[in-house]
Amino acid sequence: MREWIRSHRFMMARRFTQLSILGLFVAANSYGFRLLSGDLSASLVMKKLPLADPFALLQMLVTGAIVGIDVLMGAALILLFYMVVGGRAFCSWVCPLNMVTDAANGTRRVLLLDKTVEKKVWMSRNVRYWVLALSLILSFMTGVAAFEMVSPIGILNRGIIFGIGMSAAPILCIYLFDLFAVKNGWCGHICPLGGFYSLVGRLSLVRIKHDHTKCTLCMKCKEICPEKQVLGIISKKSGAIASGECTNCGRCVEVCESDALSFGVRNYINTNVGEKE
Amino acid sequence: METTDKIAISDRRKFLALMAQSGGFMALGGMVWTGYLEEAKSAPLVLRPPAAVLEKDFMRLCIKCGQCVVACPYHTLSLAKPGDTKPLGTPFFIPREVPCHMCTDIPCVPVCPTGALDEKSVSKITEGVFELDITKARMGLAVVDVQSCIAFWGIQCDACYRACPIMDSAIKLEYRRNERTGKHAYLTPIVNSLTCTGCGLCERACVTEKAAIHVLPLEIAAGNIGSHYIKGWEQGDEQRLEKASGDVTTHTKRSEKSATDYLNSNEEMFK
Repeated sequence: MREWIRSHRFMMARRFTQLSILGLFVAANSYGFRLLSGDLSASLVMKKLPLADPFALLQMLVTGAIVGIDVLMGAALILLFYMVVGGRAFCSWVCPLNMVTDAANGTRRVLLLDKTVEKKVWMSRNVRYWVLALSLILSFMTGVAAFEMVSPIGILNRGIIFGIGMSAAPILCIYLFDLFAVKNGWCGHICPLGGFYSLVGRLSLVRIKHDHTKCTLCMKCKEICPEKQVLGIISKKSGAIASGECTNCGRCVEVCESDALSFGVRNYINTNVGEKE
Repeated sequence: METTDKIAISDRRKFLALMAQSGGFMALGGMVWTGYLEEAKSAPLVLRPPAAVLEKDFMRLCIKCGQCVVACPYHTLSLAKPGDTKPLGTPFFIPREVPCHMCTDIPCVPVCPTGALDEKSVSKITEGVFELDITKARMGLAVVDVQSCIAFWGIQCDACYRACPIMDSAIKLEYRRNERTGKHAYLTPIVNSLTCTGCGLCERACVTEKAAIHVLPLEIAAGNIGSHYIKGWEQGDEQRLEKASGDVTTHTKRSEKSATDYLNSNEEMFK
């Protein structure tokens, strides 16, 4: 039991932040407890401090909208926050769809799909950047924030806060896609918000750090990692995981039995460590 | 074949081919995606919260945060979900279910972070004091279907008239003699489009099975006179024409010639 807690400590912490943020949104809408009201696109903390999704704002600006000061300020705050803690910390610590795709991944492991599916569909991890570009182009052309109009993240988020209805259908589709079609298909390949935050978090301070002298080459970290391409330095050299695509989920830290991985702050001062990328 | 073999497959060529391949996928994805966006954004039958800017700008500005929904004390507003056949995530209301109760403090509007709900459009300045005025809201316009309105049958019903928060202005009762009985009157509801806010309280109150008075979005319900007609008997109505842009004349083939030319030419007459 203690071992299980140790190897799931960050996962539990992530579920806690994901669920408590959703809980606060639900409390604001259903019970009038306005600590955090709105949803993940834009919200108000304690009826005072505005927060907003910088990617949604970017799309709106591309449509030619002249937006209010509140949303500009809110998006700037969020942007700064994720520039420090790692852009894709949003994906693994906040985004509600992460629970769905993690569930799909868990089911994959139970059904041994990684071994039984013979013809794996290969998809580039860079698709998200193309979808990101496309959503900006279409926002410009159609005059509506293109990704916000179809985002399953928004659908699930609003579904939980304001009533689920038929919102369950697209979420089920994402689950099935991740489960049967492509491993980590949505979050790890397609989602343009993940792409956006990958770019935002390129230089972030909070990073996973590796000590290659302790590594036993068991490769459990690469097995569990939803973005395994970021773990290039494992067993080769010490330092921070530099790629912005790392979601700072901490799964690799949990499964590592030899303490070769840990959360840390990227060293920008001592340039000899080689953490500047 | 010989010539193609000689062309070296350089890294630049590979890079450009990769870009082009991605462009091909984007074209297909963009086609499907744009198809949905164009359909969704032109969904016409949506009633927005008070103070919403024009639908075209609203679709640009609304960030789908639902803060107006949270603020509404009557649960009037909801965000469109899959299956609602409205642009996803945008706020709307269905008056027959829950109308807008026209709160005087308009809690749904100031919370909008983007300006999709424009506080200025529902406020006035009286004696230097800035205050909210919900009667300036224009969410839609109530329209009466006289065939299914029982007041037009001669049965006395003033449900919509009494439900209206701007009673006797947005809906007035018109009195007319009932010739059929010879001793009764028709008391029929007439909507004034200048003061109707489109709150939908009338639609909620209507006693017929499907409401005989219903709120439609202004873009659908309201007409537009244009600049051909003015009220000659009303001082100042002429000034409306000053704002009219450019040429207001209707051009036909015949009107290309001046009227005198046309009347004096025989050819035209005997054609």
